[in-house]
Amino acid sequence: MTVSGSDHPSRAAVFLADPDRSGWHDNALWQIRGRRDQRARALPEWEALRALAGRIKAHTLSELPEYLTSFEANARRHGAEVHFARDAAEHNRIVLDLLRSRGITRVVKSKSMLTEECRLNPWLEHHGLEVTDTDLGELIVQLRREPPSHIVLPAIHLRKEDVAQTFSRVLGAPPLSDAQSLTEFARQHLRAKFLAAEAGITGVNFAVAETGGIVVCTNEGNADLGTSLPALHIACMGMEKLIPRAADLPVFLRLLARSATGQAITAYTSHYHGPRPGGELHIVIVDNGRSQLRAEPEHRSSLYCIRCGACMNTCPVFRRSGGHSYAAHVPGPIGSILAPLRKPTEHQSLPHACTLCGSCTAVCPVGIDLHEQLLTLRRRQVDGPALLELNGTAYRASTLKRTFTALAGWVLASSWRTAWLGVAVRFLGHRFPALMRLGPLGRWSKTRSLPALPLRSFHEEYARRQARLPRASGRPSRGPGQ
Amino acid sequence: MRIDHPNPRVALFVPCYIDQLYPDVGMATLELLEAHGVRVEVPPQQTCCGQPLINTGAVAAARPLAERFESTFGEYEHIVCPSGSCAATLRRHPHLLGGQPAGASGRVLELCQFLVQVLGVEHVDVDFPHRVALHESCHGLRELGLGRPSEMGAGFVPKPNPGRQLLEGVRRLTLVEPERADECCGFGGSFCIVEPDVSARMGTDRIDDFERSGAQIITSGDMSCLMHLASLMAAQRRPLAVMHIAQVLVGRPIPGTGEPGTGAGR
Repeated sequence: MTVSGSDHPSRAAVFLADPDRSGWHDNALWQIRGRRDQRARALPEWEALRALAGRIKAHTLSELPEYLTSFEANARRHGAEVHFARDAAEHNRIVLDLLRSRGITRVVKSKSMLTEECRLNPWLEHHGLEVTDTDLGELIVQLRREPPSHIVLPAIHLRKEDVAQTFSRVLGAPPLSDAQSLTEFARQHLRAKFLAAEAGITGVNFAVAETGGIVVCTNEGNADLGTSLPALHIACMGMEKLIPRAADLPVFLRLLARSATGQAITAYTSHYHGPRPGGELHIVIVDNGRSQLRAEPEHRSSLYCIRCGACMNTCPVFRRSGGHSYAAHVPGPIGSILAPLRKPTEHQSLPHACTLCGSCTAVCPVGIDLHEQLLTLRRRQVDGPALLELNGTAYRASTLKRTFTALAGWVLASSWRTAWLGVAVRFLGHRFPALMRLGPLGRWSKTRSLPALPLRSFHEEYARRQARLPRASGRPSRGPGQ
Repeated sequence: MRIDHPNPRVALFVPCYIDQLYPDVGMATLELLEAHGVRVEVPPQQTCCGQPLINTGAVAAARPLAERFESTFGEYEHIVCPSGSCAATLRRHPHLLGGQPAGASGRVLELCQFLVQVLGVEHVDVDFPHRVALHESCHGLRELGLGRPSEMGAGFVPKPNPGRQLLEGVRRLTLVEPERADECCGFGGSFCIVEPDVSARMGTDRIDDFERSGAQIITSGDMSCLMHLASLMAAQRRPLAVMHIAQVLVGRPIPGTGEPGTGAGR
């Protein structure tokens, strides 16, 4: 599936063109959402836990410089090296330098949305290194040279037939049809990569300021293998991954797996305090726009995100349109906030890829007001304060849209203008029905009939009724027995 | 929270698209309220809650509408609106428009909310011998708090859904349930225009679910969801019909069949 451009509706149309796939995708994610819902109902303190997690994140962000400083000191105390990167390019340079200076050419990597954000894989490959994604879903999309379509389930847009075809085309696998043999094939393929690797790159789910430790959660144990075999471990994290204390960790661990997949906890929750004996641990902490986001009062809470994917699983749009339709490294509701804040022109359609149903806000384990922020972004597109590109230019909605909404506001601000517009539309609609298929109405009637236009509006009907009624009965009094 | 004053002033706010496209929904609402002894006034200066503008981002263009709403409805004790999402927009005016205190918009109630919570109506005396499914609209559910959103976890205290309470009291009405209790229909205001493919797919999935439930009628407190579903069903020649909950509660006939619902709303 290749689509150019980042317009959500047209990319969604491509995914929806295969109705079976879209239906299957929707059902798969709906099942996962169902498991999350069961967990959420089974834990008496669920809603309290969500509120607490949001408060911890708000507090951490408000004291972020102090927590970064103490994390750095404590991590160094354990023998880890800590690097700070202003942006994606600096992050990639740091990682490449670490690898090159040690003559490393083969790297295994566990799932990290940050390295997707920084586009680390293409950078390292461009410099002649071999990077193997070791999360099964990530491996599948890497072999297909596609980005992940979901942050927790990177290959959820694919069926096992697609996976079998990919393994056979790229890796020369024999024809396999069941999930178990496909997994076994991937396991054997990865085993060789693990054994040959000279460095392991991981993401970071949580970094604890008080202890200087980092925590990586996986279900496949691939991060553990990747950090146990090679001597060099590079852990890449956005600076918002910090939490203050070890005692805060259980709050997030309990929420994360339940929200993500409906598990009580991830299969592997690995804690790293410094390098293993004889090894090296380098932690790269990345800003890449997070400081600016932290300074945006209406969007600051989008930095609370723990990348559980619950907003994607519950989003009725995401389930139908697939993750690739968002053309952003983080798709779905949270991605529709993060991407336009960084590149407002490129991602201008994302705040509108939402019905404002509010379910994302209701599931978010850290209490991000996702749908409210999408509405805020729409407002900033039209009314401002304008969203800024990295080079400082402002994005504004098209003149056509701003003129149209201003005109609509002018009509609706007067009852007679509204009434006369209604009369005109009904007259034209009855006389020239083809007119009702022009412009935006054409996009309505692409798949839908137009509602039959009534002869008169409610207010006209009401005026006629009041004129017919004798005054007394037109104003009924309260009946007895209410 | 019943009306204690013998003659409280109650106004009906009919959302713009109901006024223009579904006059009978407005009439049914009026008849339902009058049948319960409410003296309803319909201020003629009313227009729109501003939702179509606010939800596309044109908040500044919506401010004059909000001012107009305040000047039109300022003197009423209760303002009743037969649309969950318009009622939710009005209730959220201070938040959405930034700053101004809640005035009349803070006294808006969705129709079923008013009937159950203010008038204390327990059942409506009407006979409606059909299988009916209630489409729980997102804004009614999550913004007005009419019911329990299916994703909420333990510790969330839901309020009962007044529309459901009223339907349960209707004689010979069989409530049937879709598999997905509160899945969004895909209307979403401007969403249905800017995302026509996703919107149509969501609506079609919702219709399939209602069809499997055995419903003859899909009803809702939100006519905009029903407009979207009905327009898809008409294009796909589906056998189901939609009726606004006020039309069900006054026993209007099923549209397109001439099959009578019976009773006059009391």
